[in-house]
Amino acid sequence: MAGYDLNKTPDKQILSMQLDLSKFEKATEEEKRQQDVMSESTTFFKDGMRKLFKNPLAVGSIAVLCLIMALIIVAPHFVPYSYQEILSVEGKRDKGAKNLAPFEYSKAEQAYIAKGNYRFPHIFGTDEQCRDYFIRVIYGTRVSLVVGFFASIIVLIIGLIYGSISGYAGGRPDLIMMRIVDIIYSLPDMLVVILLSVVLSQILVFKSGSFLAMMGSNMVSLFIVFGLLYWVGMARLIRAQILSIKENEYILAARSIGAKPGHIIRKHILPNCLSVIIISTALQIPSAIFTESYLSFVGLGVQAPMPSLGSLANSAREGLQSYPYKLVFPALMICLIVLSLNLLGDGLRDAFDPKLKSK
Amino acid sequence: MSENILEVQHLKQYFKVRNGWKLLDLKAVDDVSFTIKHGQTLGLVGESGCGKTTVGRTLLHLYEPTDGKIIFDGEEVTSKNITAMRKKMQMVFQDPYSSLNPRMTVEDIIGEPLDVHKLYSTRAERRDKILSLMETVGLNAEHATRYAHEFSGGQRQRIGIARALAVDPKFIVCDEPVSALDVSIQAQVINMFEELQERLGVAYLFIAHDLLVVQHISDRIAVMYLGKLVEVADADELCNEPVHPYTQSLLSAVPIPDPKITKARQRIVLEGDVPSPLHMPTGCPFRTRCKYATEQCAQVCPELTDRGNGHFVACHNR
Repeated sequence: MAGYDLNKTPDKQILSMQLDLSKFEKATEEEKRQQDVMSESTTFFKDGMRKLFKNPLAVGSIAVLCLIMALIIVAPHFVPYSYQEILSVEGKRDKGAKNLAPFEYSKAEQAYIAKGNYRFPHIFGTDEQCRDYFIRVIYGTRVSLVVGFFASIIVLIIGLIYGSISGYAGGRPDLIMMRIVDIIYSLPDMLVVILLSVVLSQILVFKSGSFLAMMGSNMVSLFIVFGLLYWVGMARLIRAQILSIKENEYILAARSIGAKPGHIIRKHILPNCLSVIIISTALQIPSAIFTESYLSFVGLGVQAPMPSLGSLANSAREGLQSYPYKLVFPALMICLIVLSLNLLGDGLRDAFDPKLKSK
Repeated sequence: MSENILEVQHLKQYFKVRNGWKLLDLKAVDDVSFTIKHGQTLGLVGESGCGKTTVGRTLLHLYEPTDGKIIFDGEEVTSKNITAMRKKMQMVFQDPYSSLNPRMTVEDIIGEPLDVHKLYSTRAERRDKILSLMETVGLNAEHATRYAHEFSGGQRQRIGIARALAVDPKFIVCDEPVSALDVSIQAQVINMFEELQERLGVAYLFIAHDLLVVQHISDRIAVMYLGKLVEVADADELCNEPVHPYTQSLLSAVPIPDPKITKARQRIVLEGDVPSPLHMPTGCPFRTRCKYATEQCAQVCPELTDRGNGHFVACHNR
């Protein structure tokens, strides 16, 4: 075998049984690098957001919500009327501006415009007390959204704390805490809401001019009611989540490191049930808005003259046959908000639920 | 300082189990005693459900022991000093997939023991420590910002080991650290365990059900059956001259990569199932499946007795 080069792979002879040694050559640096392609490092949150924005329904509902938000922030600045202002023309009360149809002007206003002045149109018409209906709907939406948002946060905070303690502690404390939840759950909530609203609105007296007084005692009692009653669903949900997460070995690993329960709840358990928390909070908002609308509808909601979507719908009921549009506007607003929040909640669930990852 | 880093005396771990209306004791670990010397490895083998993992977890007080003493480094481990003890005792878990939090980066996972015990003064020091730990277990520094799910099983187990090493422990409980891995990766991880032992002088309690792996890494081996130790001996002696019938049958099931030997030797097949730990047989727990069982076995539970050369066996007849 003269001239055999040790460093070279010998060529394969035709018909030889010898293995093709060229297949066993060392990989070049480039080939090695091809092997080590790893998926790009993304955080859980980024990944969820990416999936959320691929969902047309969710994006649509985000757009609708943004539009409504923009409207309720901007509208009070360009509409020259206020929600409690009774319309007047040149300092005189405009008695003809009662129950105007959308974009209709009263006689006094027409005369005013004929003089060459500009009068801002009543986009949704006016109500029976000569107030601009558009701005009242806008303020009603504001109130409803504020109620929905804050009530959900109250529910979230109480439910989160209660549920995580109950779930993490387990055993006897869990048993007692969950029986309390069962008792609250078994109360007919509408009855309790009505009773509490009646009682609380008489007990609660605020300094005039303060923020709470502006919202009215009914509104505050509404929040109290939410804080007392509606957290139980959230607490159950979070407890169930924590019970299942607690079984994971990384919780045991954290304990073996010497981590305290508070640390384990904060660092290991809550981040892992974050998706459920986000989703159920998003779905809690429409239910709070519904409850507020319902209470305002039966006259236990916000205090007049502050409007809410529910109380607007309630007062529109009286003139329903002559002025049906007065019910349509607030009802449409409620529908839009609740629908888009529900769709957004569904989208969040699809995006953040790890079990739906393959989709 | 004694030569033993860990001394376990008459450790018992009973779990209360509700069976219909009755509360029964499940004797997961029943009167287990053993010692581990500084820088040495004790292998703990036995079939699934015999209480190996429970022993490991009870040592770290992840379960409150029902009875018995755990003496670590001359000091008794109690629920009061356990936090301080966990700086010297750590654990590596079986499943590298569920033992790492999916929402944490590798840096945070390895840094968690440092955070819990406040073992650094500046952020830079924390990072330096984490990077040097990652180097110790053979991970690249650029992996620090990645999430656990982006790694392979072997790499994840390395992360778990780095986490255990973060507090600079003297003793690590390895709870079947390789049984969830491929054979090729098992070898890597086991060699790393040995290398770390040489370099850092840590002692291991190496729990596994693969006798070959255990023989390779251990100085001594303890065989467990239904919550009790049946045989403790030096690794090579136990594998070459097993005394207890259960150990014999375990060893006869180990595959040998030589067809001639495999043909020649006789496989000891045990009859029947493992009895339920809720209804333990009287006397010796192994007697229901033992071909040497006598009247005495049904009445008196055999104690571990020294057969010379540090070879302990719990059997009346052998």
